[in-house]
Amino acid sequence: MEPASHVASIIAHSGGAIGVAWLMIAFPLIGAAALLLGGRASDKYGHLLGVLMAVASFVVAALAFFQVLGFQPGERRRGVPLYDFIPGIAKVGLLVDPLSISFCLLITFVGSLIHIYSIGYMSHDPARRRFFAYLNLFVAAMLLLVLADNYVGLFVGWEGVGLASYLLIGFWQHKPSAATAAKKAFIVNRVGDFGLLIGIFTIFATFHSLAFADVFSAAGGASSGTLTAIGLLLLVGACGKSAQLPLQSWLLDAMEGPTPVSALIHAATMVTAGVYLIVRSGPIFQGAEAAQLVVTIVGVATLLAGAIIGTAKDDIKKALAGSTMSQIGYMVLAAGIGPAGYAFAIAHLITHGFFKADLFLGAGSVMHGMNDEVNMRKYGGLRKVMPITFVTFLIGYLAIIGFPLLSGYFTKDGIIEVAMEHNAILGWLAVLGAGITGFYMSRLVFMTFFGARRWEPTAHPHESPAVMTWPLIILSIGALGLGAFLIIGNRFMTFLAPAVGAPEELPSFNPFTATGLVTLALVAIGVAFAWFRYGAAEVPAVAPRGSFLTTFARRDLYGDALNEALFMRPGQWLTRLAVFFDNRGIDGLVNGLAAFIGGSSGRMRRIQTGFVRSYALSIFVGAALLAGAWLVVGNL
Amino acid sequence: MPWLSTLMGVSVLGALGVTLVRNDKLAKQFTLVVSLIVLALTVGMAVQFSPNGDKFQFVETYDWIPSFGVHYGVAVDGIALVLILLSVILVPIVVLASWHDAEAGKRSVRTYFSLILVLEAMMIGVFAATDVFLFYVFFEAMLIPMYFMIGSYGGAQRSYAAVKFLLYSLFGGLLMLVAVIALYSIAGKGTFMFSDLVGTVQDVTTQKWLFLGFFVAFAIKAPLWPFHTWLPDAAAQAPAGAAVLLVGVLDKVGTYGMLRFCLELFPDAAKFFTPLVIALSVVGIVYGAIVAIGQTDMKRLIAYTSVSHFGFIALGVFAMTTDAGAGATLYMVNHGFSTGALFLIAGFLIHRRGSQFIADYGGVQKVAPVLAGTFLVAGLSSLSLPGLSTFVSEFMVLTGTYQRYMVPAIIAATGVILAAIYILWMYQRTMNGPTAESVKGLRDLNAREKFVVAPLIALLLIFGFYPKPLLDVIHPAVKDTLSSVGVSDPAPAVPVAKEGQ
Repeated sequence: MEPASHVASIIAHSGGAIGVAWLMIAFPLIGAAALLLGGRASDKYGHLLGVLMAVASFVVAALAFFQVLGFQPGERRRGVPLYDFIPGIAKVGLLVDPLSISFCLLITFVGSLIHIYSIGYMSHDPARRRFFAYLNLFVAAMLLLVLADNYVGLFVGWEGVGLASYLLIGFWQHKPSAATAAKKAFIVNRVGDFGLLIGIFTIFATFHSLAFADVFSAAGGASSGTLTAIGLLLLVGACGKSAQLPLQSWLLDAMEGPTPVSALIHAATMVTAGVYLIVRSGPIFQGAEAAQLVVTIVGVATLLAGAIIGTAKDDIKKALAGSTMSQIGYMVLAAGIGPAGYAFAIAHLITHGFFKADLFLGAGSVMHGMNDEVNMRKYGGLRKVMPITFVTFLIGYLAIIGFPLLSGYFTKDGIIEVAMEHNAILGWLAVLGAGITGFYMSRLVFMTFFGARRWEPTAHPHESPAVMTWPLIILSIGALGLGAFLIIGNRFMTFLAPAVGAPEELPSFNPFTATGLVTLALVAIGVAFAWFRYGAAEVPAVAPRGSFLTTFARRDLYGDALNEALFMRPGQWLTRLAVFFDNRGIDGLVNGLAAFIGGSSGRMRRIQTGFVRSYALSIFVGAALLAGAWLVVGNL
Repeated sequence: MPWLSTLMGVSVLGALGVTLVRNDKLAKQFTLVVSLIVLALTVGMAVQFSPNGDKFQFVETYDWIPSFGVHYGVAVDGIALVLILLSVILVPIVVLASWHDAEAGKRSVRTYFSLILVLEAMMIGVFAATDVFLFYVFFEAMLIPMYFMIGSYGGAQRSYAAVKFLLYSLFGGLLMLVAVIALYSIAGKGTFMFSDLVGTVQDVTTQKWLFLGFFVAFAIKAPLWPFHTWLPDAAAQAPAGAAVLLVGVLDKVGTYGMLRFCLELFPDAAKFFTPLVIALSVVGIVYGAIVAIGQTDMKRLIAYTSVSHFGFIALGVFAMTTDAGAGATLYMVNHGFSTGALFLIAGFLIHRRGSQFIADYGGVQKVAPVLAGTFLVAGLSSLSLPGLSTFVSEFMVLTGTYQRYMVPAIIAATGVILAAIYILWMYQRTMNGPTAESVKGLRDLNAREKFVVAPLIALLLIFGFYPKPLLDVIHPAVKDTLSSVGVSDPAPAVPVAKEGQ
C-alpha cells in the first residue's frame, strides 16, 4: 500500500457506531452521575454499574473501530458535529480517526479491566461506590480529551482528567498525605494548563478558530515564530499532564491513591494525554523546528530522570512511577521527532498501557496480599505464594525492559532507532535509559519475587481472587504480543497515517541493527548487575546510606526541594506580605482618610457606634448642595 | 403588558405584605412564594425577549419630574435581561437559605424578609432603568436595605462593616451624582434619558471628567482594586444570604454600569482610560487571589476571590472585543451563581459550628459528605473548572482580551493557578484530614439546604455545557454597545478558509 505522507481531510459522518461516538463519553459520565447521586441504596450494585458503563463504552469504541477499518484509508477521518458550545468561539464535535480511536480502544479496554480489578481490590472499602463514580468520571473525561475535534473540547476533557485524578489521588482524604498529594497534582497540572490555555488563546488569536480541521489546514500560513510559540505553550501543557520535566513532581506523590488509580493514571489515561496533544498538534509542531527540538530534549531528560529515580526507590509503587515518567519520556521524544516518530510514540503508548497496567495492578495484588505493605525490602520470595501475580508481573517486566519479541522490544526499540537516526546524541541517551530500565526493573522484580522472605511477622501473603488475577492475565497477553502485532509489517504506522501522516519511506523492521544489539547488551548488563546486588545477594532490611548519587535519586532529583525553594516559600512570604499590606496599607489609608475628613478619629468612632444615619444624611445634603452649585455654575 | 413595572410592583407589594403578616413562619413562606412568582413572571418575560429584535425591549417611559426631564423609564437589552434573571433566581434561593438567619438579629424576622423583597425590586429597577437619573436613584437606594441587612442581622463587627459599606458607596454615589447632573447640563437636552444622552458629550476633556465620576462610583461598587477594602468586611459580617445578594448582584451594578454608561456615554474617555482600567483589573485579579490564599476566615476568603473575579469582569469590559465583552457579561451571571453557592454552603457550615475560621474545621467530609461535596463543586466553579459555567465566561474574557492585549491576558491567566491554590487549600483545611473533635457531631445538609444548593449547582452545570441560550441574548447587546463605542474586533493573522460557509 502507498504510504500516505499527508493527513487526510475530515469527512462529516452520521450513522453507525461512529455517529453515536458520543455514547463512549456518555456511558461513563452517566455512570459517574448515577453513582454520585445514587445514595446508599446503590452501594450494593454500584461497582457493577461502574464496570458495565466502562464496558459499554468499550463496546462502542470497538464497533467504531471496525467501522473505521471498513473505510478506505483516505476516508478514515470522520467528524461528528455535536453542537454550538461557545457561540463565536467553538462548536464542539467529535473526531473519530485512527489516532483517536486507537486511544479510545486503549482507554476503554484497559480502563474496563482496571474497573473489574477494583471490584476485588476495593471490596473492603466502605466508599467503593464513590470510587467507581470517580473511575467512570476519569474515563469519560479522558475520552472527551481524545475525541474532541477542537481545542476547547480537548481542554474540557483535559481539566476533567485533572479533576478526576484529584478526586482519586485524594480518595483516602482523611489521610493528610493523600489530601496534600491530590492538591499538589491538581495545582501542578494547573501550571501546565496555564501554558496550554495561553497556547489556545494564541491559536484563536491567530486563526480565529479552534477546530483542528481549520487550524491544521491554515497552520502553513502562520509564521514560524507564531507556530513555535504555540508549540512551546502546548508543550508546557503536555509536561503538566504527562509528568515531564519540569512539571513531574506531582506524579511521584500521586501514589497516595488506591493502586488501581495509579494503574489508570499511568497506563490508560492522564499521563498519555500530553503525548496525544503533541501528536495531534503535529501540523503545528512540524512548522516549528525549535519547538520540536525542545520536545525531544524534554523527552530525553525525563526518560533519564525517571529511570534514575526508579533505581533508588524502595516503595514498589514509587519505583513504578519513576518508570512511568521514563517511558512517557520515550514517547515524548518520539513525538518530538515528527511523522517518523508518531507511530512509534503511539504504539509504545499502547503497549505501555498494557504492561504498565499489568505491573501496577500486579503491584496492587502484591500489596493486597501483604497488608498494604509497599516497602520492597519487606517483600522477597513471593513467586511461590503468588504464582499468577508473579508470572503476569514477569511478562510485564520483560516487556518493559525490551526483552526480545515482547511488546516493549518492538515499540521502545522502534523509538530508539528513530531517535538515533534523527540525532545521535538523543539516540545514545535513549539507549542509556534502556540500560538503566533493565537495572531498576530487575531490581524491583528480584526484591519482590526472589531471594529470602523478609516479610513482617504479621504478613500472610496469598494469591489474589480471580476478579483481580484475570485482568492481570489479559493485560499480560497484551504485554506479550501486542508490540509484534503493531510493529511488524508497519501495521500500525499504516493505520495511523491518514491521521498523523507518515515518513516518506516506511521503516523496515530489522532485529540486528547495531543500535538494537547495543541496547540489548546494555539491558543485559543492567539485569545482571541487579541480579548480583538484589537477586543473589541478601537485601538489607534498611536501605543503606549510599552515595550522594543515591540520595540524589531518592530525593527525586531534588525536584520538590527546588519547587519549595523557588515557588512555595517565596509564595508564602508574598501571601503574608499581601495580607498585611491589605489590612494595614490600603485599608489603613482609607480609614485614616475617612477619619481625617470626618474631623477626628473620635468622630469616626462615634459613627461606628450608631450615628451613621445623621452622617449619611449629611452626605446626601452635601451632595445635593454640591450638585446644585454645579448646576448654577454650569449654567452661568 | 408592563412587564418590568409588574415585576417591581409584585416585589414591593410582597414586601409590604410581609410586614403585615403576624407569624414569622408564615412571613417566610409568603416571601418565598412572592419571590417565586417574580421568578416565574421574569421567565415569562424572558422567553418573549427576541435577541435579534430592538435593542431595548419591554420599554416603559413616563415623565417623573418633567421640569428636569427626569423619567420613569425602564426597558431591557440582553445584558440587563440576564442580570435581572440572575437577581430573581438568587432571591428565592437566598430566602430559603436564610430561613433561620434572621432569628438572632436586632430587628424582627419579618423585617429581614421584607428587606429582601424591597431589595429585589431595586435590583430589577437598577438594571432596567433607561433614565440615568432613575438609575442613580436605584443605585443609591439599594444601599439602604443592604445597610440594614448587614447592620442589624450581621456578625459581631456588623456596625463597623455596615458603616464602612455605606460610606464607601455614598462617596462613590456622590461622585456619580455630580457627573450625572453635569452630563445633564452639558448635554443641554433637558432630559436624563440614556438614549438621548449618548453621543452628546463631544469634548474629550469633559468626557474624561465625567467618565471618572461614573467610573470611580462603579469601581467602588464592583469593587476594583484598590477600592475593594470595604468588601471583605461587609461580606464577612453580613448574613450569608445578604452576602450573596451583595456580592452576587449589587456589586454587578458596578461592572454593569461600566459596560453600559462608561463605555457608551463617554467612548473617547473610555478608550483613553483603558490602559489604566486594564492595569487595575489585572492587579486586582492577581492581588485578590494572593490575599485570598492568605485568609484565615472563610467568608473573607470568598470575598477576596470575588475581588479577583471582578478584575476579570472589568478586564473583559474594557478589552472591548465581542468575545471579552460577552464573556464579561456572562461572567457577571455565572459569578453570581458560583459565589452564591460558595457563600451559602460556607454559611451552612459556619451556622453549624459557630465559627468562620478555617482553622476551626478539619475532616468535615467524613461527617457531612454532601455538604463537603457540594462545597467542592462550588469551589471548583470558583476556580473555573471546565464543565461548570464559570469556565466559559473566564475563557471568553481571556480569549477576547488576548486578541488585543496579550500581556495583560497572560498575567490575568495566572489567576487560573492561584484560584486552584486558594480553593483547594481551603477545601483541604476544612474538609480533608482527620476529623476535628469539634466537628464530629455536625449534621449533613438537610432537605431545605439541599433545595438551596441543588438549583445553583444545576445552573452551573447546565450553562457549563450549554451556555448558548444566555450568549444568544448577550451577544447582540454587546455587539451593539461596542459598535456605539466605535471599536471593531481584531482580525486574525491567518484567516481560515471556511468550507461550506
